[in-house]
Amino acid sequence: MSMKVSTRQVDGVTILDLSGRITLGEGSVTLRDAVRDVLAKGSRKILLNLGDISYIDSSGIGEMVSAFTSVKNAGGELKLLNLTKKVHDLLQITKLYTVFDVKDDEAKAISSFA
Amino acid sequence: MIRLPDSTTSRASLTLPSSLESVNTVEKTAEEFATRAGFDEDTVPNIVMAVREAAVNAIMHAHGYDPAKQFTAAFESNSDALVVRITDQGPGLNPDAIPDPLAPENILRGSGRGIFLIKAFMDEVHFRQLHPGTELTLIKHRAPAQPAA
Repeated sequence: MSMKVSTRQVDGVTILDLSGRITLGEGSVTLRDAVRDVLAKGSRKILLNLGDISYIDSSGIGEMVSAFTSVKNAGGELKLLNLTKKVHDLLQITKLYTVFDVKDDEAKAISSFA
Repeated sequence: MIRLPDSTTSRASLTLPSSLESVNTVEKTAEEFATRAGFDEDTVPNIVMAVREAAVNAIMHAHGYDPAKQFTAAFESNSDALVVRITDQGPGLNPDAIPDPLAPENILRGSGRGIFLIKAFMDEVHFRQLHPGTELTLIKHRAPAQPAA
């Protein structure tokens, strides 16, 4: 199963609802293109909803880090929402849990953006 | 608790072109072997991810997606362990030369976590230089059988 993305706006925050797998190839490219697209459209407050992501490999992790850096370099913020246990564990193992701002409540996540 | 439903040895060997489809085939085979070996539902995905990362390493880093170059994935499940060997035809891999992805200067790199994840999820990881190529051996031990009550 490849990855799917749908985008919505809530109170000035762009939420990317992701589902499927973020892996080498299609999934990683889809994420990269989606983040690039919302940045190009002026979004600077970006929330990645990973609640329906079933699997991420090292390429997917790398793509999330690259997205984080791209948004930061553009003067914005990228946060993560609704990690599954598997993704949570992966971010812990790779010490990225402290790099990303991770939220588990959408309303609180939205209000946390400056 | 790891179940041991089948202590007989089973083997499979796949020789595949350097493609993402091949990686998916290897991943699926790893899931079948790990499940049949009786690893629990938390451990199976970790084994699958480690094997997938090893296959990705072969097609991407060793072969640069060159379709003319094939890699081999050999699976063996026995009473002691699940052993997976991924063999490529690349220029060779020095595991000591791979930057530590947890180091502060590397933490925001967009790549370089594959071997780290393999080591994190398997009990033993061995690198053997084949000149040319590298054989990567991944081992996950099964829990010792419980003595009969």
